[in-house]
Amino acid sequence: MKNVYLDNNATTRVADEVIEAMMPFLTEFYGNASSMHSFGGRMRHKIDTARAQVAELIHCDPSEIIFTSCGTESDNTAIRGALARCPDKRHIITTRVEHPAVQTTVRQLQKQGYRLTELPVDSLGRLDLEQLAETIDEDTALVTIMYANNETGVVFPIDRIAALVKQNGSLFHTDAVQAVGKLPIDLSRIPIDLMSISGHKLHGPKGVGVLYVRRGTSVAPQLVGGHQESGRRAGTENVPGIVAMGKACELARTYMNEENERVRQMRDRLETSILKRCPNARINGDADSRLPNTTNISFEYIEGEAILLLLDQLGIDASSGSACTSGSLEPSHVLRAMGIPFTAVHGSIRFSLSRYNTDEEIDYVIDHVPNIINRLRQISPFTPQKDATTAAPQDRTPGL
Amino acid sequence: MWDYTEKVKEHFFNPRNVGVIEDPDGVGEVGSLACGDALKLMFKLDDAGRIADVKFQTFGCGSAIASSSALTEMIKGKTLEEAEKITNQDIADFLGGLPEQKMHCSVMGREALEAAIENYRTGGSGVHQLEGEVICTCFGVTDKEIERVVRENNLTTVEQVTNYCKAGGGCGGCHPDIEDIIARQRSQGREQPAPVAPAPKPVPRSMTNIQKIKKIEQALDEHVRPALQADGGDLDLIDIIGDKVIIAFRGMCAHCQVAEYTMSEVVQKRLREFVSPDIIVEEKKQE
Repeated sequence: MKNVYLDNNATTRVADEVIEAMMPFLTEFYGNASSMHSFGGRMRHKIDTARAQVAELIHCDPSEIIFTSCGTESDNTAIRGALARCPDKRHIITTRVEHPAVQTTVRQLQKQGYRLTELPVDSLGRLDLEQLAETIDEDTALVTIMYANNETGVVFPIDRIAALVKQNGSLFHTDAVQAVGKLPIDLSRIPIDLMSISGHKLHGPKGVGVLYVRRGTSVAPQLVGGHQESGRRAGTENVPGIVAMGKACELARTYMNEENERVRQMRDRLETSILKRCPNARINGDADSRLPNTTNISFEYIEGEAILLLLDQLGIDASSGSACTSGSLEPSHVLRAMGIPFTAVHGSIRFSLSRYNTDEEIDYVIDHVPNIINRLRQISPFTPQKDATTAAPQDRTPGL
Repeated sequence: MWDYTEKVKEHFFNPRNVGVIEDPDGVGEVGSLACGDALKLMFKLDDAGRIADVKFQTFGCGSAIASSSALTEMIKGKTLEEAEKITNQDIADFLGGLPEQKMHCSVMGREALEAAIENYRTGGSGVHQLEGEVICTCFGVTDKEIERVVRENNLTTVEQVTNYCKAGGGCGGCHPDIEDIIARQRSQGREQPAPVAPAPKPVPRSMTNIQKIKKIEQALDEHVRPALQADGGDLDLIDIIGDKVIIAFRGMCAHCQVAEYTMSEVVQKRLREFVSPDIIVEEKKQE
């Protein structure tokens, strides 16, 4: 069956070039980079190359790159490690729309006695920077605000936020897992102290991440043991993963402009066509500041999991902010924080594209989505009579 | 991805008996949009008192639609006495089982059926009535409902209770109360069969039903929005928690100096007039 993968904010296809680059390190070059013999020593050289490739993508010095196992580890290390180095300050600022890797971590720290401020967002998912300026004080140890939102694709003005935080003398961390590879990021110009990246979100493999630590910023290691990563992250280096991460960053740099523009055009066409063909649908998030690959659409009167199952039957992969897809009963905290009406939260679908998508695939999705929406709306008791094909029943019930 | 049985998938992809009956003998409604699922069940009896026709409409996930479809197949041809013996576990069994976290879909089916039968017999509202004291305020679940799912399904943990009736699935503040109910039910079960419960003070509530939401939306559409739109404003319905209706002003209203006045004198007044005198309207503020 045809498979149209539009869930690239969840994970991405590993690029062929990346697989080719990492394969020798899963087979013949299995040495330990810490070994004294030259067979292992060759690994060290490869790790250095990868470090330079990552640094080049985000415009920093290779010494500022620490390889980790995933984005979540990078977030945890950044937040816990940075706070451990400034024990006198007890205030953390974040937002209500962070990924659980950040949100759960800071809420746990709150339980341990930290003061936590979670900044709200408006109905388009935007932050109020004045509110950040009012909230931040001399007790603020760390501000952690995501670069781009995984659910809506909304991009925060990280350059202005970072400048504001540095003016106050606090540390600034950003979870840039969704942004790196999709947006140009220049750390020589933006005063970010700590930044998390994940390999599998930019066509690298799962199991490798990066934590950028600006020179001069002190972070207490969260994994201790050997002296790997200059004593900042113990554990034998994941050489195949690290080599793959380097290659993925190199490819992202190559494809950044041209491919992202093509992806943006496909996303816009998908979005516009669906809205045109499906009444009572809306875009969630600020269309003026959004990742080029993401669209989050709410369909009124129907539920997201049911939409996903019907999409899945046609080989279309997407995701939803509905409660039923999470395993918990609560729908998306991001859409709730934006004050999206509950009728729209349950029926929200995220399509996230990549450079591997084609115009033919987008046509296929545009052709099928309206039928799916109509089909479920015909089953729903909430669909207004004028939008349903079936007649509504006599309302026998005399009020509440 | 949920691990649905082939039968669940089959009933979801090809639901039976979708639609409405023009002049039904019984109608039952449960759930709400805010909770993420809702079911409206209608039936018509033949001369022999058997269910001759049954139709449903469901808002919800795959297993909610499959459970509704299964229920209609199960009750067709039965007398009401036979139909009301059907438990939520029977619905789940008919489908070859449901994921534990989705058992509340089968409970919703049983509740809709009961409400429809009740509606036929008494001419009552057909809205699933909540009896007892609300324990879980996030999802509006009462002690009576929790007691029942615990008793009928031999539940032993809070997590199971959440899976079966959603109680405890929100803020978690009611977990100690749910634990107490489980403990009470289990000790009762050991001591004596079916002790006569002290007559529960019935608190007729209908806060988590389709009609209330529809009524609120209708009142907003017909009696509130036109006034706001005339001034270049609008509002969105954000949430309904019990009698509390949370709205957000849009357009001109969002920056209006007299928004508070509009709130109490227009929105709340109209909703009290057209929906229920107990309605309290709050604005969702960006605090």
